[in-house]
Amino acid sequence: MTATSDLARTSESRVLTPRWRNRHRHWIGWLFILPWFIGFLCFDVLPFFLNLYLSFTDFSVGARLPNWVGLANYKEMAGGDHLIGISFKNTVYYMGFSVPLLIIFAFSLALLLNANIRGRGIYRTIYYLPSLVPVVAASIIWLFMLRTRGGLVNLALGLVGLGPVPWLSRPEWAKPALILMSLWGFGGQMVIYLAGLQGISQELYEAAEIDGASGRQKLIHITVPLMTPTIFFNLIMGIIGSFQVFTAAFIMTGGGPLNSTLFYMLHLYNNAFNYFKMGYASAMAVVLFFIILTLTLIVNWTSERWVYYDTG
Amino acid sequence: MTISIRQERVIHHGLIYLIVTAGAIVMLFPLLWTVSTSLKTPDQLVYTRIELIPDPIAWENYIKVFEIAPVLRYFRNTMIIVLCAEFGSLVVCSLVAYAFARIPFPGRNLMFVLLLSSMMLPGVVTLIPFFIIFDRLGWINTFLPLIVPRFLAHNPFYIFLMRQFFRGVPQDLSDAARIDGCSEFGIWWRIVMPVSKPVLAAVAIFTFQWIWNDFLYPLVYLGGNKDLWTLALGLNSLKGMEGDVTTHYQMAFSVLMIIPMVIIFAFGQKYFIRGITFSGLKG
Repeated sequence: MTATSDLARTSESRVLTPRWRNRHRHWIGWLFILPWFIGFLCFDVLPFFLNLYLSFTDFSVGARLPNWVGLANYKEMAGGDHLIGISFKNTVYYMGFSVPLLIIFAFSLALLLNANIRGRGIYRTIYYLPSLVPVVAASIIWLFMLRTRGGLVNLALGLVGLGPVPWLSRPEWAKPALILMSLWGFGGQMVIYLAGLQGISQELYEAAEIDGASGRQKLIHITVPLMTPTIFFNLIMGIIGSFQVFTAAFIMTGGGPLNSTLFYMLHLYNNAFNYFKMGYASAMAVVLFFIILTLTLIVNWTSERWVYYDTG
Repeated sequence: MTISIRQERVIHHGLIYLIVTAGAIVMLFPLLWTVSTSLKTPDQLVYTRIELIPDPIAWENYIKVFEIAPVLRYFRNTMIIVLCAEFGSLVVCSLVAYAFARIPFPGRNLMFVLLLSSMMLPGVVTLIPFFIIFDRLGWINTFLPLIVPRFLAHNPFYIFLMRQFFRGVPQDLSDAARIDGCSEFGIWWRIVMPVSKPVLAAVAIFTFQWIWNDFLYPLVYLGGNKDLWTLALGLNSLKGMEGDVTTHYQMAFSVLMIIPMVIIFAFGQKYFIRGITFSGLKG
C-alpha cells in the first residue's frame, strides 16, 4: 500500500460521499423528527379537529357516540347559559386589574433593582422567591393568609386600624383577593424586565447625560421606549394567561362565593368534568381559542403604534 | 437652600433602599408565616396576633405530616412523571431539535412552521379531546396520559429553545466528526450534546418546575386513583375549611413542596433565570 493510493482513495470518497451522504441525511432527518411528528399529529392536529367536531355535538362521557346538534351549543352559550356571561365578566375583571398591576409592579421593581445599590442580588432573589412556589402551595398558603379571623392579611390590616375584610367569603372581595394573590408572583415577570434593561446600551445614557438629560428624561426617552417590546411580550402573555386562570380559583374558592370567582376556564372545567357536558365545553374551548387569537391579533396590530423596534 | 449632587444622590439611593426593603418584607412575609405556622401546635394556631417564632416549636409536625398523608407515595408518583418528562425533554426533544438545527432534509422548513404554530395552540383546545382519547384507550387513572406525550416530544417550546442553541454550535466540529466516520446519531450525542450543557440544564430545570407545578392535568387524568396522586393533588386534598385542625400540616406540606424548588433555584440560578427570561412563561 503506497501513500499515493491512499490519497487516491480519499479523493475518490470526497467525490462520492456527499451525494450518498445527502440521501442518507434526508432519511435520518425525518427519522430524528419522527417522534415529534407523530406527537404533533396525535396531540395537536387530531385533538384540534376533534374538539371542533365535538363542539357541534352533545357528547357526554358516558355516551358511546356523539349526536350532531349543529349550533345548539353555541346558541346555548349566546342565550341559555347565564353562568357563561358571569364567568366571562369575572375573567375580564380579573384580567383588567391583574395584568396592568403586574406589569406596573414588575417594571417598577426591575427599574429600582437595576440601580447600582448594595445587595441588589439579594433583593432580586427575595422578589423572585414567591414565583418558585408551586401554584397549589401558593393557593393553600393564601387560603390561610386570607382568613377573615386570624389571617395574616387581616392581622396586618388590624395593626393600622383597618378590617377585618371577609376576603374569600363575600362576593365583592373574592376577586380582589385573588388579584392580590396573583401580584405576589410578579417576580417571574420582573426577571424578564431586568434582562431587557441589561440589554440597553450604556452609551445611550452617556450620550444623553452629555446633553444634560435628567434621570426622568432618560427614563421616558430611552428606557421606556426601548423596553416596549418586553412590555408588549408580557402584556400578551398576561392576557393569554389570565384567560386560562384556573388552579387558584379551583382550590381556593371553587368559583364561589355566589359565582364571584367563577372564571371562564373554571366554568369550562365544570361543564366537562363535573356535568360531563363535553360537547358544550368543547364549544367553550373553541370560543376561548378565538378570543385568545383575536386579542393577540389586536394587541399585535396596535403594537405597531407604540412598540419600538430597533431596526437600525 | 441648595443641595449638592452628592447629597441628592444619597437621598435618591436612600429612597430606593426604603422602597425595596419594605417591598422585600411584604414579599417574604407570607413565606416566613408559612414556615412559622408549620411549626405551631393547634393551640397556637388560634392566636389572633402575629407571632413569627412559635413557643414551643412543634418540629414533630414534619413527622406527623407523613402519617396523615402518604407524602412519600405522592413524591414517588411525582418523580416517576418527572423522570419520564426529563427523558422526553432532554433525549427526544434534543434529537428533534438537532435535526431542525443541523440536518438539511426536504420539508424541514414546513415542519418547523408547524412546530411554531403548535406553540401557539392554547392547552384548553386539546384538553377535552385528550381526555376522550385517553378514556377510549383505557388510560384514565394511569400515568400513561402524562408520560406518553413526553416520549413523543410533545414540547414544542423546548425543541425551539434547543434548536436555537444547537444552531450556534460550530459546524466545523460536526464536519470533522463526519469525516472520521461518525454518524448523525453519534454527532448529536458526542459532539453537540456535550457542548450544549447550558441549554440542557435550562430545559431540565424548567421541566422539573413544570411537573412539580402541574395541577390541572394530574387532576383530570389521575383524580380517580388516589394511589397515583402527585404531590400537588395530595396537598390539595388536605385543604379544609376555616378554623380546621390540619392547617399546621398543610403548611408543613407546602414547605416540603417549596424546598426542592428553592434548592434547584439556588444551584441552577443562572440557567433558571435564562429559561424564564427566554420564555416568559409561568404556570
